[in-house]
This record gives sequence, C-alpha cells and structure tokens, in this order.
Amino acid sequence: MSVTDTQATACSGGLPEVNRERGQRQVFCGLAGIVWLHRKIQDAFFLVVGSRTCAHLLQSAAGVMIFAEPRFATAILQERDLAGLADCNQELDRVAAEILERRPDIKTLFLVGSCPSEVIKLDLAKAAERLSDAYRGRVRVLDYSASGLETTFTQGEDACLTSLVPELPAGSAGERSLLVLGTLPDVVEDQFARLFAELGIGPVHFLPPRHATDLPPLGSATVVLLAQPFLGETARALQRRGATLLTAPYPFGIEGTLGWLRAAADAWGIPAARLETVTAPAIARAERGLARQRELLAGKRITFLPDSQLEIPIARFLQRECGMELVEVATPFVDRQLMESELAWLPSGVRLSEGGDVDRQLDRVRTDRPDLTVCGLGLANPLEAEGLRTKWSIELVFTPVHGFDQAADLAELFARPLVRGALLRV
Amino acid sequence: MQLTLWSYEGPPHIGAMRVAASMDGVHLVLHAPQGDTYADLLFTMIERRGQRPPVSYTSFQARELGSDTAELVKNTIQETYDRFKPQVLLVGESCTAELIQDQPGPLAQGMGLPIPVLSLELPAYARKENWGANETFYQLIRGLLKSRVPAPGSERELRASGARPLANLLGPSALGFRCRDDVIEVTRLLDSIGVDVNVVAPLGASPADLLRIPEADFNVCLYPELADQACHWLERMFGQPTVRTVPIGIGATREFLAEVGRVAGLDVTHTQDPIWSRMPWYSRSVDSTYLTGKRVFIFGDATHAVAAARIASEELGFTIVGLGTYAREFARDVREAAKIHGVEPLITDDYLEVESRVAEAHPELVLGTQMERHIAKRLGIPCAVISAPVHIQDFPSRYAPQMGFEGANVIFDTWVHPLMMGLEEHLITMFREDFEFHDGATASHLGAGAGAGRPQESRSEPVETTDRADDSIMTWAPEAEQELKKIPFFVRGKARRNTERFAQERGILTITVETLYDAKAHFGR
Repeated sequence: MSVTDTQATACSGGLPEVNRERGQRQVFCGLAGIVWLHRKIQDAFFLVVGSRTCAHLLQSAAGVMIFAEPRFATAILQERDLAGLADCNQELDRVAAEILERRPDIKTLFLVGSCPSEVIKLDLAKAAERLSDAYRGRVRVLDYSASGLETTFTQGEDACLTSLVPELPAGSAGERSLLVLGTLPDVVEDQFARLFAELGIGPVHFLPPRHATDLPPLGSATVVLLAQPFLGETARALQRRGATLLTAPYPFGIEGTLGWLRAAADAWGIPAARLETVTAPAIARAERGLARQRELLAGKRITFLPDSQLEIPIARFLQRECGMELVEVATPFVDRQLMESELAWLPSGVRLSEGGDVDRQLDRVRTDRPDLTVCGLGLANPLEAEGLRTKWSIELVFTPVHGFDQAADLAELFARPLVRGALLRV
Repeated sequence: MQLTLWSYEGPPHIGAMRVAASMDGVHLVLHAPQGDTYADLLFTMIERRGQRPPVSYTSFQARELGSDTAELVKNTIQETYDRFKPQVLLVGESCTAELIQDQPGPLAQGMGLPIPVLSLELPAYARKENWGANETFYQLIRGLLKSRVPAPGSERELRASGARPLANLLGPSALGFRCRDDVIEVTRLLDSIGVDVNVVAPLGASPADLLRIPEADFNVCLYPELADQACHWLERMFGQPTVRTVPIGIGATREFLAEVGRVAGLDVTHTQDPIWSRMPWYSRSVDSTYLTGKRVFIFGDATHAVAAARIASEELGFTIVGLGTYAREFARDVREAAKIHGVEPLITDDYLEVESRVAEAHPELVLGTQMERHIAKRLGIPCAVISAPVHIQDFPSRYAPQMGFEGANVIFDTWVHPLMMGLEEHLITMFREDFEFHDGATASHLGAGAGAGRPQESRSEPVETTDRADDSIMTWAPEAEQELKKIPFFVRGKARRNTERFAQERGILTITVETLYDAKAHFGR
C-alpha cells in the first residue's frame, strides 16, 4: 500500500533496527483476548458493546466449544441506537440487568468497547461507574476498549488488566511483594510460585488472578515482573500507583526464565549461588528435553509474521537455544522499554519489522522460502498449500510455554510441523 | 441494543465475502478496521481452504480516523487491482466503516478501472449475512447480464431438438451447509433423468461463467436464501423458469424430479428410485419402530427447517413440537409448514428466545444449528445439526450431502445417531438403579463422558419455575415426585408439565401418584 512508509529507525547502543511498515494488517483485534481471559478469570463476564461483526468474531473463535453457560456476550447496536432513538445508557443498563439476572454467580462484569462503540463515542467508563453504583456490594463493573482501532490481539489483555489496576487494594506500607503480571496457565503459575518460595521471594501475587474477587494488593513496595511482553499499559498503570518495574527478559526457554528469576532474586538480594542451587535441577531437566528438539530445529530458517508481540522473545529463544536461523521477525508493536533485554539478545542485523502490510510480507516469505513461517490462521493453510510449513501463532497464547519445565514443549511446538511434514506420505 | 450470546448470522459483509470467495476472478475490497480480517479464518479454517479469500481490507486504525480515510480506500483499491488483476471488483463496507461514511463504492467507480466495479450497499445494523450474500449475488448477475437482456417481446430460442435440457444450479456457496456435496448429488440426480448442468454459481463460477447463465433452459434455486433474488430477475429478464422445490428428503427429491420434468418437458413418471435410496427401507424396518412419535424441535434457516420438518413427520414418523427459523426473509415458508404440522412457528434471531422455547417444548431431539448444540447441552437433550451456522466438524472430508437420495441416507444416520438405541431405552425404563446404565449417563453408544451428567431438571425448565411462582399453592407429594423419577428422562419433563396442567385445570393442590396416572391416561402418549 502506498501509505507504507518503510523507514528504518536507527537505535542507539547497537540494538537491531526496526522497519516500520503500514498497510493491510492480518491480525485479530483485542476482543480475541476474551477467549482466554474468560477461562482465566472464572467469575467474570465479558459484555462487548458493538456490532454483529464483534459477536461473529467471538463465536467464530470460541464457538467450536459447546457452552452450557457462555461467559461472554455482545450487546449488538441496532439502528435505533445509532439514530439516537434509543438512549444507549438505558439500553446498556437493561442488557446488564438481563445478564446479571441470568448469571447471579458473576462477580465482575467487563464492558468491552469495540470499533463501533468508539466511533459513536459511547462513554462506557461512565456506564461502568453508574452500573457499579447500582450493583455495589454484588458486582464490580469495569470497562476497557478492545477495538481493532486501538488494540491488536494480545493488547486486549493489556487493556483488560489496565482496567483492573485501580481496583487493586492498597498493600500494607513497606511490605515488599512481588506481582507477576500476565495470564499464565495454572500449571505454570504453580511452578513459578514454588520456585519463588524456594528462593525465599515473597509474598508473590499474580495478575490476573483466577477469581476477580481475589485481586492482589498493590503498594509502593510492590515489585512487578512481567511474564508477558504485551502488557505495557498495565505496567505503566502499576508504576503510576507506585510499583517498581523490574527489567528482565521474558521467561521463555532456559536463558529467559533464568534471567527473569534473576531479576527478582537481585531485587530481593538473594545471592547468585542460591539462585543456582534452586534452579539447577529444573535447568538440567530442561536441557535434556531441549536437546531432542534442538536436533530437529538447528539450522532451520524461520520467519515470524506479526501477531501477538511474543515474536521477539520467542525468536530469541529459538535462535539462541535451539539454533534456528531468523529470517525475519515481525511484530505488531515494539515497546522499547519492555523489550530492552530481549532486543539486546537478538543477533545484530536481524530483519525486524513493526506493523505490517500483509501482501508485501507474503511476497518476502515466498522469496525467502523459510523452513517455518509463524503466522495467523488466516494465512497458515494458504501457505501450506504453497508448500511452505507453518506454525500457527495463536497457539502460543493458548499453551503452557513459560518457564524451565515448558522450554522443551515450546520448542516442540515449532518442531511438530516440521516432523509432521517429514512424516506424511499423502 | 440486543443482548446476544450467540448470533445465527454474521454481518452482511460476510455474505458478500462468501459470494466473492465462492468464485474465481472476483475480488472484494472491504473498508474495515484492523481486526475484521478474522473473517478469513472462516474460509481457511472452518472450510479448510488452501487459498486466502479474495478479499482486501483497508485495515484502518484510530490514528487514521483523524486523516483521510477516503484516500486509504482509493490506495487499497488501486493496489488490489494492480496485484490481483480481478475480472470484477466488488467494493463494500463493514459495520464500522458504515459509520464514517467514506462512500467507497462510488469512489471506486470514479477511479476508471478497466473492469466492472460493483458497489455494494450492505446495511450492517439492519441486515445480516444471508441478505448480504443474496444481494451481492443478485448485483453481480444483474451487473454482468443487464446489457444482454433481450428486447421485450422477443422469443426465447428453442433448444436444438435432441439436445439434453440444460439447468443452472444457483445458490451453492462457500460456507454454505454441505453445498459442496449437494452440487454433486443434484448433478447426479439431474443426469439420471437426462438433464445437464450448464453453470453452477456462485460456487466455482467465474464472471465468464455468469455470462453463460442465459444459455440454460431453466434455473434450479437450490438455496433460496442466497439465490432467490437472482432467480426472480433471470425469470423476468430472460424468461428462464425457476425450479423451486429443494430436494432435501425422499419426498422432496421425488417432487423435485417431477418439477424438473415439467419444466424441461421430460417424462419422469417411470423414473425409479435409484439403488442408493436406502432411507425408506431403513425407516420402515422394525428397528425404527421406536422412533415413532419421538418429539422433535426443529430450528435453522428456512430451507433446511422446512425440509427437516417434512422428513421428520413423513419419513421418520417423529412428532414435531417446535419449528422455527432465524431467517425473517423466509418466515412465510416456515409459517406455512408450521401450520401443516400443527405447531406455533418461531420466527426469531434471538438465541435466548429459542432456548426458552426448546425448554418449554420438552423435545427428545433437537435438530438445529451449531447454536442449538449449546442449548441442547444445557438442557441435556440429544441434538443433530441440520443447518448453518456450523463449525468445522460440519465441513466433513467424506461425501455428506443433504440433498437427493444419498442426502436422505446421510440424514437418517445423522439424526438417529444421538438418540438412545432401542434396547438400551427399554432396559433403562425397566431397571432404574443400574450403576453403569442410568438416567444420568449418556447413551452408551456415544461413549463415556460425552456430556456426562445431565443437568438438574429444575435448571432445564426456566419457564415452569415462573409458572409455579404464579401458582405456588400446587405441590408434589413426595411419593408422586418419586414416581415421576421412574419415567425415562427424555419424556419426564413433558410428563411433569402435563401432570401440572392436568392438576391446575382440576384445581388439584397436591399432586399424588394417582394424579400422575390420571394425567397420563388423560393425555395418552
């Protein structure tokens, strides 16, 4: 597209250059985050205020599961809402009442903004405030925007968690605590909790919690460690409430996980020897598991198309720990502050791009013919049909991939399509 | 605002995408915000296509709203044309673009592209997916053929004597329920009576194929939801008659052949059912006797719902306790069918209303869409899918038509499968305390764990709870409640409701075992 302005931004300190590209983007909007958030936070309900398109997106993504009681819904705007014939606020109150009557077990209701609700400037923040007053003591009502205008895929989680930040209770003054930020699968959360306990780091809390009623405390002595790279807004909101952000790589692979734990250990003044003792068994296990996958992956060329902002840390893991060659790493958005440690680990001269113009990116994939292309489901089968092996990227947010004990599983996600490609004789 | 847990149809631009993705050489430019490309997944994942749908998006974001989004539209159109070189370009808007009113269609038409450019009006807040597909297909046909409409009064050319009659199959499309195999089955049917197929559209057709549509002797409107406007127009402009019987079910297939015979001037009275028509014998065989009077609730698009109702009552011997559609445009057909079957038609696109009507009707089987599978799970009722919207498992690899004689075979197997098989049903009724085969367990041929544990009866009857609230004096004696539990679960809800109605009409305050059996005698089965 001619709006594409391919401008190379030189970085200081020898960090890789980022090419910015603009054009047709083949990505999800933030509403897709609801698909995993509704499972993580079990007592929350997500009400999208939008159009039939928004409803259709959600059910196309999640509707293959058969729900006895869905935990998300859409308030679809009608012509009378747009024409101003119906008072949108009254309508919203009616719809919220209907949901809460059907689902008395819901403790937190998220009003989720969409492109249509934003274009018509429907004030969901006001609505959330009004509804919170009306249901005080029973249901907390919050709002966030997950529109395609504002957010790309995982940024929906960022927006959702940002809306929770003001709700976090104040922590007791002076008591140091660790807050791990970002949705983690339950099993990974438990592993990290055990590691922190062994290291003597605590108390440890997780955001989001499994129940929106168990929000972690937050105070000036809270130290925040990001488990996911796409949570810039939430991190800054926590900072504004006095929390301290640790600079760390993301806990993918052995190196990333160790660096991530070390950041916390340093903050707690834990000696390096102690960290080594605690992590040694897990690292030894992870190395054994990784060795098998490395044999399959080493020397293979990989391209990432933009999707989730997980691209940079995972590319770093695949390059440094699995021996893969990075052809291009594209990501929807580069938050330099949050990517500092990761960018430093990327090989110099790596092709790094931000944003995207899908047709041009596909042209490059066809020219490069990498062994593996990480891309969304709209592109995966078409690329397979062209004889290119793909790894669909959404799986990275739906699979336990963080931490030592998942390092081999993470590598296996990328090895599997290659193994399958070699296996099939049809 | 309408509260929607699940919606039966997507927005109208999805319909336009389905038509574009069905065809070769047609490209659609959609003015839409970043994120609306999710719709590509419907084609690449649900239908498992190996190509990207021929759709380009402007993907505007918040920062572009302040500047010239119209310029973005023009750039996208130009780049799309340069890259894909389509033979026809469709231009439309998604719901958000409709709000900012950049008029992409007229913009595109003013750009002087050397191909036909069709501007689509897709009112996203008033209309839905099938309407969008129907409108897009009609605009395409009209746009390409209007210059070839013969002068009024001119005679249609007669078919060369001896040549086989030619039919167009109109309506099958990408993301249509079983369209792929229906086309094969209907082509086979037509061939068996000496009729050839001229053009199938939109599925697999190019703009050049659409130009050949007038060469056929008549049109077969396989899916009225998608093709009825186009068929009407072709009838008016080119004098092509339309065959309107949709051949789903044995009876409908025979009628379809008769109608084709009439329209094509062929004698089909001696045509025999082919050897692959097994469903009539399966349904007559004694193993199917227990299917008699099974209470079934039917919901879907109008075409499939009406066809299903006829099959259920005339070909399987079920009793229809509910019939409805989400397709308001075709409500009349469903109303007529409901009258024949003696039920109140349900015309709604409100999932919650369907749910409450199903709960109220206490069916033993639900025939519906992917959405009714959610309802059936909640209520613990067996369910089979008969209509879009559907998910990936209903785009099967195997040959699985709904139309024609093989379609009837497929339907027999699909609908009977979720029901508990005869012997198990008998034994469960006789012996109620078996640890393995009991009320709470799923039918054993469906495997353990499939929907383990039926939901509480009270949850499955939201309508009744309100009834009882109004009439709080009526109670069940504990022995009567115990006795009720001895009735098999799939008819228990109905028995409860009938008994309460019986008691209410007679002013009985406490329902006893006697009342239960009195009511049973009164209503019969």
